[in-house]
Amino acid sequence: MGRYILKRLLMMIPVLLSVVLLIFILQFITPGDPAKLQLGTDATNEEIENWHEKYGLNDPFAVQFTRYVWGIVSRGDFGNSWRNGQPITQEIISRWPTTFLLAILTTLVSVISGTLLGIYAALHRGSLGDAIARVIGILGISLPNFWFALMMILLFAVRLQWLPVSGFYGPLYWILPAGTLGVLGASSQMRITRSAMLDNINADFVRTARAKGQEERVITYHHILRNALIPILTNVGSRFAQNLTGTMILEQIFAIPGIGTLMVLAINKRDYPQLRASVILVAATVSVVNLLIDIAYAAADPRVKATFKSSSGNFLKFKKRAG
Amino acid sequence: MKQKETVVYTTKKRSMMQESMHRLVKNKTAMAGLIVLLIVITLCALAGFICPEGYDKQDIMNKFISPCAEYPLGTDNLGRSMLARVLYGGRYSLFIGLAATIVAAGIGIIMGSVAAFYGGLVDNLIMRFLDAFNAIPDLLLAIAISSVMGGGVLNAILAIGISSVPAYARTARGPILAVKEQEFVEAARALDARDRRIIFRHILPNVLSPIIVHVSTGISGGIITAAALSFLGLGVQAPTPEWGALLSASRQYIREYPYLVTVPGVCIAMVVLAMNLFGDGLRDALDPKLKY
Repeated sequence: MGRYILKRLLMMIPVLLSVVLLIFILQFITPGDPAKLQLGTDATNEEIENWHEKYGLNDPFAVQFTRYVWGIVSRGDFGNSWRNGQPITQEIISRWPTTFLLAILTTLVSVISGTLLGIYAALHRGSLGDAIARVIGILGISLPNFWFALMMILLFAVRLQWLPVSGFYGPLYWILPAGTLGVLGASSQMRITRSAMLDNINADFVRTARAKGQEERVITYHHILRNALIPILTNVGSRFAQNLTGTMILEQIFAIPGIGTLMVLAINKRDYPQLRASVILVAATVSVVNLLIDIAYAAADPRVKATFKSSSGNFLKFKKRAG
Repeated sequence: MKQKETVVYTTKKRSMMQESMHRLVKNKTAMAGLIVLLIVITLCALAGFICPEGYDKQDIMNKFISPCAEYPLGTDNLGRSMLARVLYGGRYSLFIGLAATIVAAGIGIIMGSVAAFYGGLVDNLIMRFLDAFNAIPDLLLAIAISSVMGGGVLNAILAIGISSVPAYARTARGPILAVKEQEFVEAARALDARDRRIIFRHILPNVLSPIIVHVSTGISGGIITAAALSFLGLGVQAPTPEWGALLSASRQYIREYPYLVTVPGVCIAMVVLAMNLFGDGLRDALDPKLKY
């Protein structure tokens, strides 16, 4: 198990390197001189030249790229912002906990409510409750989250005045953003849970359990749900990734001082180093969360754990088939 | 959707595609989705007839008018008819969703099939390259691409299209890996068919179902992503009336004139919902084994 985790951590390195490369290339092929955008049209050639020198833009691509990667690896340094010349790392670190907290809260709301609803819908297939759950399931993936958030603000903050409109000063301010995004995310979790449960609900081992007089509750949670866990867990990972970006967009609406508002500020000011850092940070977080979920597979399914012991290569094959 | 399986005894054998279409037509929610979609497309196509004055005619004396007889959906902060803006905006939203899906599916399917068909090093290179794309959430990638490329309809299409390429590559790759080992591929190869012919004529038609399903949900996803981009000030720029841009423009008036925000949002939700209903029906029809 330890060896597998180590191997997966090592596999993350080339992926993250390619992410950095991808984002770096993207910025390189951007038309226009960033110095002119930052300094304004009336900047002299000398000012532009100095600006290029200051941010190291005169060096060849390979040198810039190596220096950037080495800065991140050795000192956690994402360079300086083009917007104000300040170190990016500090600003990101001060804002990161806010976004991360909201993304985790949102994911908790999605996963808990979605899974429970999915279990209910699968057990009562064809009933009114199932129909309602399925309507929620399809509505949730159809409503744009930023519009739904605006509607929720209109209802709960403007009309009913139960909750604050915007800001981020305590748990009361968490409810609307985490709630709106969480409820929308619950729909995909519900759809996956429902279908994964239905895949197992008529399995032979369920009939056997019932034949030996096992309690229905134990059958549901121990036999059916346990076997449906792999796709459910996989979806938790993609939920988190989507909720993280969703949070970054909703921060705009709720005026939350997180990574998302910083990113939009960076986009408007053409502050590419800042944007780059945000994207890399998100990619790294998503990769780590997916690794944690891969490890959770082993806890969820003894068959996966058994393949750990034989060889880690087989595990990857198995996962593809199961997920 | 729970469906009653009707057993039809006929002497004439129907093809797989006919069977699927039959199942699709029987699916009421999918047909409802299709009808809503067709109505919306027709209305947007006829925007020039319904609102002959165009989406940009300002009437400063009549700004912020609530929905009434003259302006069925009210007017915005410049006195422009919201009905006209929504109808013309629908053209942009639907077009961007469709075009981005074509870009994504085109590149993705080719990458996925080349990776699966040749396997080995080619497969590894392509899939590892796409892994890097995959580590960045789709919407964030679209935001990043769009922010360096700048605004405009074409750039929005490219940003959304490129960011969803990996998903299509994966959708195509999986089933092709299974199909390429089958006898008819071997037969084609024995007849000395070129690789391109084998991929496009023999393999791809056999893996179309998952791709069609993916495309049907991809269009609605593209519409939402396009709206999100313009909402953030990227992608389509004012005064072009894309639905997300309409939302973004009227956001600041949400307290006083909530209909300005409600109308474009309901349009997006309605179209995407209709597409998802149809897509779900299509998936059930093409692959009856899946039971969602």
